[in-house]
Amino acid sequence: MAAVTTSTERSLNKLAIVGVLIVTMIFLAPIYWIASTAFKPRNLATTIPPTVVFQPEISPFVKLFTKRSQLRTAPTPEQYAAAPWWERLVFDGGEKVVRSGRGEVQWSGYPNRFMNSLIVAITSTVLAVGMGTFTAYGFSRFKIKGEQDLLFFILSTRMLPPVVVAIPMFLMYRVVGLNDTHWGLIILYTAFNLSFSVWLMKGFMDEIPKEYEEAALVDGYTRMEAFFKIVLPEAATGIAATAVFCFITAWNEYAFALIMTNRRAQTAPPFIPSQVGSGLPDWTVIAAGTFLFLLPVAIFTFLLRNHLLRGMSFGAIRK
Amino acid sequence: MAHIQLKNISKTFGNHTALTGLDLDIADGEFFVLLGETGAGKTTTLRMIAGLEKPTEGQVFIDGVDVANWGAAERDVALVLQQYSLYPRYTVRENLEFPLKPKIRRLPDAEIKDRVDRAARTLRIEHLLDRKTDRLSGGEMQRVSIGRAIVRKPRVFLMDEPLSALDAKLREALRTELKNLQMQLGATFLFVTHDQIEAMSMGDKVGVLNHGRIVQTGTPHEIYNNPRDTYVASFVGSPPMNLIDGKLVDGRAVMAPLNFELPFAGGAKTGAAADGRPLVFGIRPEDVYLETGAPVEARIHDVENHGVEKILTLRVGDAMLRATVPARTDVEIEQAVRFAWNPDKVVLFDKGSGINLRHAS
Repeated sequence: MAAVTTSTERSLNKLAIVGVLIVTMIFLAPIYWIASTAFKPRNLATTIPPTVVFQPEISPFVKLFTKRSQLRTAPTPEQYAAAPWWERLVFDGGEKVVRSGRGEVQWSGYPNRFMNSLIVAITSTVLAVGMGTFTAYGFSRFKIKGEQDLLFFILSTRMLPPVVVAIPMFLMYRVVGLNDTHWGLIILYTAFNLSFSVWLMKGFMDEIPKEYEEAALVDGYTRMEAFFKIVLPEAATGIAATAVFCFITAWNEYAFALIMTNRRAQTAPPFIPSQVGSGLPDWTVIAAGTFLFLLPVAIFTFLLRNHLLRGMSFGAIRK
Repeated sequence: MAHIQLKNISKTFGNHTALTGLDLDIADGEFFVLLGETGAGKTTTLRMIAGLEKPTEGQVFIDGVDVANWGAAERDVALVLQQYSLYPRYTVRENLEFPLKPKIRRLPDAEIKDRVDRAARTLRIEHLLDRKTDRLSGGEMQRVSIGRAIVRKPRVFLMDEPLSALDAKLREALRTELKNLQMQLGATFLFVTHDQIEAMSMGDKVGVLNHGRIVQTGTPHEIYNNPRDTYVASFVGSPPMNLIDGKLVDGRAVMAPLNFELPFAGGAKTGAAADGRPLVFGIRPEDVYLETGAPVEARIHDVENHGVEKILTLRVGDAMLRATVPARTDVEIEQAVRFAWNPDKVVLFDKGSGINLRHAS
């Protein structure tokens, strides 16, 4: 490799950097839009051209978490003075927080939906990755009759678009009483992710030399002990990558969540657009909900980024 | 320590036959080398003794007990592989402790420490104990692998080409070390290799495996000087034994297509039965010598200088013949020379079956 680069090479490099920057900006623009709208006062949310410089405020988040009603008249100074700081932000927006007869704040549906999303996504990810890891290990290490056919069958569950099975699933769920339950969604998402998890994990398992376990077997360990002590730590990268993909799929799922749930087990994706609802939509609140919704995936992905990078190129890298 | 016996073992993988009718007897405390080319079935044999593979047919005995239903864990054998037997996430010490910690034979901590330290001392890896195994050189890794085997005092040591991945110098050093270790422990070793030099230099006994069958078992001396058939003759030895087609006529060796004759001393041993029959004459390169006035003329085709000796390729008609001569022998390519062989060292093989006539009778 020559240390000296020609001027054409250098300008080409610069061009590439500019290109990457442009593409990055295009990809990040909607995210910036959501994030900035989530911190805007309501009157700036829909201006044309969009306001770029503004005083950020957190009133959208206060509104996101509370039930509110329109003010007919401005609040009295006593009311205003008695209100905590966050309630004043609501007053400033021309609304008041709905309280019960005993003065308790009425929460909006969002925190619950967010929790539902977390419960469903995390549980289904753990299940799908866990079962997928075991299944992949079996396929990878043992001679199984019709292995190829079975693997293809597992994959084939992904070949139908989910919407095709939505109505039969809905009817079946109604009969067995899984409608609008956490377990209903968890089972559904686990089933979706399982095939993906099995295939991805099989690739990783195949890469772990079986000599490691055999050495452990000869040393007096059972197959199970060898699996947990030796194989699992080696498969960590694959497990992390698979978990990220499964989590994203479960977290973002919209269609089934919309059809199968409405109150108790409803997740955030169908809830957020339902808030556009009647009257004049408050885009800042919707943006705030969306912004919070983006965070778990972003954090999860960020934490596992090193594994993910290796996971994405799995099979291409030999140790 | 243990006595290993394989009786009539066959193993097939789908359509592929790995081993057929294999019999093997490894005495207690013996250093047994299983020698064969890649794909001959050496590793399969080893894995079957370790309990990682089940024979399709036949029985494995350890100390006279049929171990068909014993898992790998119960057989109490140690396995050293060419690579991948160390856990990359562990330090050397953790790797050495690992075999001492399974539930079925967990040792007290003091005993573990004691054994690890002793093994480390024996293999001179004490300074590496706290290092992660991915920071070791090939030779150090293989030492640790052997360490993993010796901490446990297993009944048998199984080694699957443990030296093949190392460079020549290290291989030589570890070869001696391993042999010393075996004598020091008095343990039964089964050592698998495709390297005939390893087999010759380390083995008390050598079994030559070809296409899933044991062709010959014997001391290195027997294998080298009295190969059972032309396969063993050409596989063992570097350069291999010269094999020349010919026949015996009135006690003289006549090379049939090439039309040259050499004196032959073994006529009495092989009997008159061999007379006139198509044969293959086998002669080791070191038993071929150049001499003015020797019976046959040849041309020097090639000269390989090995320091202490030279390996000459002689051309007689279309046939090539190797001769190992002292390094001081001064020859040039295409030079005409005369050669003879040591008539006492000639081995006769049947042309059709390739079997050594001495073994056949």
